[in-house]
Amino acid sequence: MNQPAAIVDIRNLDYAVSGRPVFAGLDIQIPRGKITAVMGPSGTGKTTLLRLITGQVQADDGAIEVAGENMRALSRANLYVLRRRMGMLFQNGALLTDLSVFENVAFPLREHTDLTERLIRQLVLTKLQAVGLRGAAELMPAELSGGMSRRVALARAIVMDPELLIYDEPFVGLDPISLGVILRLIRRLNDTLGITSIVVSHDVLEISTVADQVFLLSGGKVVAGGTPQQLKTNPTEIVKQFVGGLADGPVPFHFPAPDYFDELLSRREAL
Amino acid sequence: MFKELWESFTDALEGLGSVVHFLIRLIVHSPAALLRFNLISQQVFNSGAFSLVIIMLSGLFVGMVLGLQGFELLQRFGSEEALGTAAAIGLVKELGPVVTALLFAGRAGTALASELGLMRATDQISAMEMMAVDPIQRVVVPRFLGGVISMPLLAAIFSVIGVYGAQLVGVQIMGVDGGSFWSQMRSAVSLSDITEGIVKSLVFGVACSLIAVYQGYYATPTAEGVGRATTRTVVTSAVVILFLDYLITAAFL
Repeated sequence: MNQPAAIVDIRNLDYAVSGRPVFAGLDIQIPRGKITAVMGPSGTGKTTLLRLITGQVQADDGAIEVAGENMRALSRANLYVLRRRMGMLFQNGALLTDLSVFENVAFPLREHTDLTERLIRQLVLTKLQAVGLRGAAELMPAELSGGMSRRVALARAIVMDPELLIYDEPFVGLDPISLGVILRLIRRLNDTLGITSIVVSHDVLEISTVADQVFLLSGGKVVAGGTPQQLKTNPTEIVKQFVGGLADGPVPFHFPAPDYFDELLSRREAL
Repeated sequence: MFKELWESFTDALEGLGSVVHFLIRLIVHSPAALLRFNLISQQVFNSGAFSLVIIMLSGLFVGMVLGLQGFELLQRFGSEEALGTAAAIGLVKELGPVVTALLFAGRAGTALASELGLMRATDQISAMEMMAVDPIQRVVVPRFLGGVISMPLLAAIFSVIGVYGAQLVGVQIMGVDGGSFWSQMRSAVSLSDITEGIVKSLVFGVACSLIAVYQGYYATPTAEGVGRATTRTVVTSAVVILFLDYLITAAFL
């Protein structure tokens, strides 16, 4: 089959939330088979981008194609068919709390396939082995640490053998060891399963060790793109501010507010 | 002021509309959910079995009070033997369905609402959607049907224990004749009384479960939002139960 090089192809996309534009003319192409990182300051719509790619929200204007499907013209039934080809790792794992680790990983299989119990067991144990948690199969989600939950969620995300694996802030609140484990898993799963990975994160150091390609979002646009190495040497102010972690720059330290001096001297007791 | 009144009236109407719309969605999904009956029976266990102790205890005490009050009242007319009839009809038609529904809203309804609210707050609902699993079908409908099935069963248990409680006080303690207690009850309680009780508890089952899953599913995904959904579940359920109780009673007359 002749597949386009980009698994996600977004062109000139507009998206607004209650009148406030999040993206205006966004262009982004995510290549197949690679690990692509999407970075950017908080509030630039990284998570919104994921929601657009997974069809949880609809774009206002422009074109968005995911795995060859036009997301703007996809029916709900076809969207669900497409989603079976994607896996998504939520920030905190989002494991189903009333099911054991084993049943959580088995959940998509039980919902979508008629596999025998024996086969389900083998598949689930294989995936749990891949994330190193085969021994935790019988535990409940409440008994897991943050890093372990995320690894279980990762096993669940790959159990249907997706083409596209999406990570929403996978490193938030992890200790260095768990973080290293997740980083290595992202690389290994991408290479051994031949899938495409999209990682949304703002952890510059971590992501540059694993990503093949990085996009930096700011103000509703891609302001820089390239390999992590290219990004480090990018002379643009916003890139320097983000990569260097500087408090002030094109992204202001202060939230928009009336003049400081005026406000301090004003007689109003409360806003 | 009229504008505000009008707005709150249209808001209430809108709310009612969205609840009805949600109910239609649940009903549309019900046949498919019935095929996976193990999911429903698990919810019958969760909502029903865990409410058993509170239902049985309350049934016993309500029955005992009925026995005492009924005896005191009937004695004035010299017709203590009618105690069995009075207690049974009161329990089967009225107290059984209503008190069970109120207790159910407090015990199982709040649990349903907070469970669904927390599932949304912790992205479990979104995760299911991302796994191409419809959360309405997989999570909400089984819980709804579980509640609808549990309610008449619990109401029946409540009434049975209640009658036993009335007998305990009336016959064993106050000395009403046991033979006439039971025989009068058997001849006076008709099938239509029982039907009324069953209809009521079925309707209450739909109302309570619907309110609970609606509040939970649409809860604001924060700690405060889930708390508010839980409170609303109890308050709305209680008012709706008593209102519907009046309507059904009037319809059966």
